[in-house]
Amino acid sequence: MRRKGINYSKFGYLFSLPFLLAFLVFSFYPVLYTAVIGFTDMKGVIPKPVHILDHPFDNFKYLLFDNVSFRTSLSNTALIWILNFIPQMAFALLLTAWFTNQRLKVRGQGAFKVLLYMPNIITASTIAVLFNSLFSYPMGPINSLFETFGWIHEPVNFLQDKTTARGIVAFIQFWMWYGNTMIILIAGVMGINPALFEAASIDGASGWQIFFRVTLPSLRTIMLYTLITSTIGGLQLFDIPQLFLYGGPDDATLTTSVFIYGQAFKGSYMFNRAAAASMIMFAIAAVLAGLLFYLMRDRDAARARKANRIRNKAAKAAARGV
Amino acid sequence: MAKKNRSGSTVSLTLNKTVVYVVCIVLALLSILPFWIMFVNATRSTEEIQSGLSLIPSMHFKTNLDVLLSKSFDPLKGFFNSLMISGFSTICAVYFSSLTAYALVAYNWKMRQAFFTVIMLVMMIPAQASAIGFYKMMYQLHWTNNFLPLILPSIAAPAIVFFMRQYLLATLSMEIVEASRIDGAGEFYTFNRIVMPIMVPAIATQAIFAFVASWNNLFMPLILLTEKSKYTLPIMVSLLKGDIYKTEFGSIYMGLSLTVLPLFVIYFLLSRYIIAGVALGGVKE
Repeated sequence: MRRKGINYSKFGYLFSLPFLLAFLVFSFYPVLYTAVIGFTDMKGVIPKPVHILDHPFDNFKYLLFDNVSFRTSLSNTALIWILNFIPQMAFALLLTAWFTNQRLKVRGQGAFKVLLYMPNIITASTIAVLFNSLFSYPMGPINSLFETFGWIHEPVNFLQDKTTARGIVAFIQFWMWYGNTMIILIAGVMGINPALFEAASIDGASGWQIFFRVTLPSLRTIMLYTLITSTIGGLQLFDIPQLFLYGGPDDATLTTSVFIYGQAFKGSYMFNRAAAASMIMFAIAAVLAGLLFYLMRDRDAARARKANRIRNKAAKAAARGV
Repeated sequence: MAKKNRSGSTVSLTLNKTVVYVVCIVLALLSILPFWIMFVNATRSTEEIQSGLSLIPSMHFKTNLDVLLSKSFDPLKGFFNSLMISGFSTICAVYFSSLTAYALVAYNWKMRQAFFTVIMLVMMIPAQASAIGFYKMMYQLHWTNNFLPLILPSIAAPAIVFFMRQYLLATLSMEIVEASRIDGAGEFYTFNRIVMPIMVPAIATQAIFAFVASWNNLFMPLILLTEKSKYTLPIMVSLLKGDIYKTEFGSIYMGLSLTVLPLFVIYFLLSRYIIAGVALGGVKE
């Protein structure tokens, strides 16, 4: 019954060819090209002959040591990310604990999930302009609302204050993403072996004990995944700061992406500096991604080793039994 | 002691429940309120908006729309452009990702593992890392103000390949493929007629996310499209912030509402599948 063997492996190459070509042309080559531009004197709208700089690292040196805006943009990006991520994770964990608690049996979970996730799917540009209008001065919805509640006595110009502006950007980011994180975490809890929860409650553990001792440790991989993807996403934050206040007031909401866009496509068209800034950002993303791979792989390997050990033990026991 | 504990825990359970519902309802309102104000203000005149907050729609829908359309804002054009780009890039993304995933699952080739690792690595490259080079390349090809550079790159969508691979590993049985081969079908035919139908649920989920991501994208279109007639909706939103609508608040809210209306319709029709898709995306084991 053995048929003549046909080698199908060439279809593996053939079918992944479109992906490979699109990746090489639209992603790999542009990254290399960007890296090269970072070492040149390319600027201005009108194409001119481009030269590699006499000191090739000048653009990088300039950005890292002499350009205040770039350093501000890096620290802003980090600050806005931290201000959004901590409450995002806290709220997502709290809601996950509530929604998966067997004794609380929260009703309407489906509706709550739909509503809390909703901001994530709406165009970020629209949200940025919407929040700009909501916080407008002297008459805006937020000012009216706060005055009705008696929280403020005269209109506040929220968008002129550096801390408030940065806080609002972080809040928008939090508001758009905590629902997403919550749904991912709830799915993670659903994947935990129910026997673990049963055993814990038979042993008399309270709801919070179960959450901290059983649920949280099992969610570690998923939380780590969320942490890294959120960091890489946060590093690229563009739409909201760009359309909310164009990076202002006084560079308070200037993120690295807004800086890159501003250097390359506004005013002086400094493509070389923008490219160098992109490469610095790429390096940071690469380190973070490397960290993710390292942590994930280590865990998988550890699990495999453990499973192996148990299997060996079982085999030994079986051998002894015989 | 056990008894006391139990009665105490009943009281605290009701108390807890109240806290839980209050917090959830407040958060739900927080999700709705900004959009509610947006839609309501789209129907109010500038004077009404200036005089304070209201949650009840007014009568100036038509005036706001007329003022909005009388200036450079052309939502129909933007809608059409966004639809073209998002539609075609979604088709490219799901079709070629499925094909790549099939290549990774169904065939045993030497570079398979290496290729998969590359895909995982590529997922982490931020769009801005290649933006300047990408722009310069398109400028030299005279492809700025063209939709192709916004559509074709989605042929290589690593995250979707990853998802499709997981799906195929769980659902595809090689016996079906073998049976199709014995019937004399070519490999490409087998993929299109036998494997694609099996993948429909996964394709549907990923198509929604690919479409929404492309629809909401601002960075690349903003760099590449400079002609007004080529603007997508997210770029048009930035026009609303400019000087032309400075005091026409009702029209600004109207413009914002129009840009997100299709998304609200999609979301409330498909929210079940979207939520399920988000949940699946996180459980990557």
